[in-house]
Amino acid sequence: MEAGRATAPRNRLAVAGARSTTEAMLRNQPRSDVIRNAVFAGLLLLAVLIALAGLLALVIQAFAKGSSALSLDLITNPPSTAFPEKAGYRPAIIGSLQLIAGVMLFVVPVGVGAALYLEEYADSSRWWNRLVEVNIQNLAAVPSIIYGILGLAFIVRGPLDLGFILAAGSLTLALLVLPMVIIASREALRAVPDSIRQGSLALGATQWQTIRTQVLPASIPGIATGVILAVSRALGETAPLLLVGATVFVTFDPTPFGTDGYSAMPVQIFNYALRPQEEFQALAAAGILVMLVVLLAMNSFAIWLRNRYEQRW
Amino acid sequence: MLQAESKRYGERAIKWLLALCAALSVLTTTAIVISLIGPTIGFFEIVPADDFFFGVDWTPQFEPPSFGVLSIVAGTLNVTLWGMLFAIPVGLGSAVYLSEYASPRVRKTVKPALEVLAGIPTVAIGFFAVSFILPEVVVPLWPDGLLGGAEGKPFLALAAGLGIGLMVVPIIASMSDDAMRAVPRGLHEGAYALGATKAKVATRVIFPAALSGIVASIVLAISRAVGETMIVVLAAGSTPKFTLNPVESIQAMTSYIATTATGDISTGSVDYKSVFAVGTVLFAMTLVMNVVSIRLVRKYREVYE
Amino acid sequence: MTSSKWLAAIVAAAILASGITACGSSDDETASGSSGGDLSGSIRIDGSSTVAPLTEAVAEQFMAENSDVRVTVGTSGTGGGFEKFCAGETDISDASREIEPEEVEACNKGGVGFKDVHIATDALTVMINNENPVSCLTVEQLAAIWGPDSKIDNWSEIPDLKESYDEELALFGPGTDSGTFDYFTESINGEEGVSRRDYNNVGEDDNATVKGVEGSPGGMGYAGFSFYTENEGSLKALEVDNGKGCVPPSVETAQDGSYAPLSRPLFIYPSEQALQKPEVKAFIAYYLENVGSVAEALGFVPLTEEQLTESEAAAAKIGA
Repeated sequence: MEAGRATAPRNRLAVAGARSTTEAMLRNQPRSDVIRNAVFAGLLLLAVLIALAGLLALVIQAFAKGSSALSLDLITNPPSTAFPEKAGYRPAIIGSLQLIAGVMLFVVPVGVGAALYLEEYADSSRWWNRLVEVNIQNLAAVPSIIYGILGLAFIVRGPLDLGFILAAGSLTLALLVLPMVIIASREALRAVPDSIRQGSLALGATQWQTIRTQVLPASIPGIATGVILAVSRALGETAPLLLVGATVFVTFDPTPFGTDGYSAMPVQIFNYALRPQEEFQALAAAGILVMLVVLLAMNSFAIWLRNRYEQRW
Repeated sequence: MLQAESKRYGERAIKWLLALCAALSVLTTTAIVISLIGPTIGFFEIVPADDFFFGVDWTPQFEPPSFGVLSIVAGTLNVTLWGMLFAIPVGLGSAVYLSEYASPRVRKTVKPALEVLAGIPTVAIGFFAVSFILPEVVVPLWPDGLLGGAEGKPFLALAAGLGIGLMVVPIIASMSDDAMRAVPRGLHEGAYALGATKAKVATRVIFPAALSGIVASIVLAISRAVGETMIVVLAAGSTPKFTLNPVESIQAMTSYIATTATGDISTGSVDYKSVFAVGTVLFAMTLVMNVVSIRLVRKYREVYE
Repeated sequence: MTSSKWLAAIVAAAILASGITACGSSDDETASGSSGGDLSGSIRIDGSSTVAPLTEAVAEQFMAENSDVRVTVGTSGTGGGFEKFCAGETDISDASREIEPEEVEACNKGGVGFKDVHIATDALTVMINNENPVSCLTVEQLAAIWGPDSKIDNWSEIPDLKESYDEELALFGPGTDSGTFDYFTESINGEEGVSRRDYNNVGEDDNATVKGVEGSPGGMGYAGFSFYTENEGSLKALEVDNGKGCVPPSVETAQDGSYAPLSRPLFIYPSEQALQKPEVKAFIAYYLENVGSVAEALGFVPLTEEQLTESEAAAAKIGA
């Protein structure tokens, strides 16, 4: 006890001594070091600020250029060459909505199915399973315009011969984002611990029952996030649609299998951006704003989803 | 490990159904290859291969036509080069800042902002490049007369390059940040304990440890840059030139494909087939880069504990 | 959230999406039902991107009065348009030049009959920078500048030039896909596709020609008349001497043919099969009636009375 009461102040002294020594050492860093550190930190901050400034400039410029065209007409009116003041994006918006609906319809079953196969069933020592994995990785890196060529040669003409219809564009975009969905779904499935699967199997469930009742429900938030991000990528793609026939001047609302032509937001924006008149430039900028708002909403929703429902095992 | 082997038909059927979904990826690759190869072979029956691969004049629709693909390959590399010169410092700098210097609150705002940047449609970035970066950033800041000067040019490779750079910054920043955060804390703590400064820890310890992820992110970014179409179409122009000069207007492989395939050519003509030949070159380039990046990751991956 | 709730959410989203779509289309019909004619069907048009704005404007007005007719206008280019036309995929082809013999053959093979209907004229304009003192060039001088073997890099190197202007030549022109390119090279250099290769190629974006010429003191570029009229204060239009004196491009000189050789006729080519459809017949008639007013607004040269009568006769002759 005597020793304890004596060591407490001694400890405090020791700690105080150590602290002041360390601080002295740190404070006495050679000036060159201090400057170098500060400069380095400053450069890093500059890098971040440049990236953020770029983003901000893009949004502000779109707003500045497009504000004159912002009105409800933008969403409800069809495009117009004769009266640019009245022109809008309506067929393009409806076209885009239908396109991504089609993309989701294809990409969710096929993508999740493929991910399930690769994660739950496939034996990765077999060569054909490795081939599939390599393929998916490669396809994720293929430029979007190559998918346009694929769509033109195989879906619009060629074996599927669907013609220049919206469903063909949808399918092309779906193939483009499928690798993203598969990869994201695999991550989500992989995050589910094996113990869950083993417990279920031990209780006598079949593999499919295990997946259906335990694995899939647990991984749905991750899968949903992946799907939403993939769909927002599909929403913004222009190049493949140009090749599979998203006609530019469509004033009526397109339908999935209608042969009268269709349009999509990014393609319409592209077309307006190429026209010299100021009104069309403003329309292009306004269209960009609309897309940015929609994409921001979608991405925020995806992030919220991931944060809210992410399970920690 | 327990493997439930069910004798019920349902289980086998489901497995096969799911396998089919996975096999679709192989089918897609095969389809891409087939759709490119046919017309490409037809193209090479008309145009000699060494004219194509070693020629520097790409004028397929002039009379007489010239099919030297190096011209548009140079265009692609031109834009990619300037883009990466912008994106690598900005992206890596942001990554180091986010993983080593930023407080959790700053991270919470900056990281989502970068994800927003990643989600911007390329047509929007292309529009921004040609209507803002070109007239308000490049032309005023570029020294008069340097390499020909930037005045009076409606299209500039540099403008497209900066646009592409901005587009891929999130890829580099995000992936490198993840790679650096994956480095075990033990390395951090050990380095600090030995008296290293923050800068030294970041550059001498963490960065090399995360190198494989960082390099992979850069290769992925280059791959995206090479395959980008809309930004180049809107901001770089359609004049094929065998040059890396940033203040010239050039044509990249992707913009050639986009403008020609949607433009005024008849199927079966040699210009039409040239689209597929260029597509094959593009596909091969991105494939090679992808393989290289996978190999790099495997080779340099440091294994801890 | 359980998986059944997720399912419900997805189904709800899908219903919402299709609801918007359905709502949209029914709105379309009821809103303009009052002014609808009794024509219905679809008209597919494709072809020249020069003629497209005219066709789009006319189609818009036509659809406002006949709400059950759907007109789509594509811009695959004059050649691309003819390809689809002769394969029976389109009803009308927009063209900024006359149909070529190979295309005629293709149409015969496809069993597609047609007649060209002249709907407007375009005065292809050669534009130069405002600072440039030159006001007129002969066709020979233009050919010397734009010819395939041209080495002229400076305005002072142009042969027989009255004014002296020591500025570097900065050339701007459309891409080889463009009908404008085809027409210019044919009329100035004598053959389609023959041109010097080292000019600034603006592809489809003729607006870039304007910007380029505006920004370079020695700039010269060619584009459709509308691009000049849109920017009249910021550039000069060169007068062209075809052997009979310097003629500036304008509505009058294009109509009376004195602005040669750069005034080009613009056509639509309806097919015989298409003209069997009453909505197509009505559309062609409507087109000829209304294209005059639209043409001037969009920077083209409207037809003269005489030319209009000719076109109407031509349209009536097909598929009668």
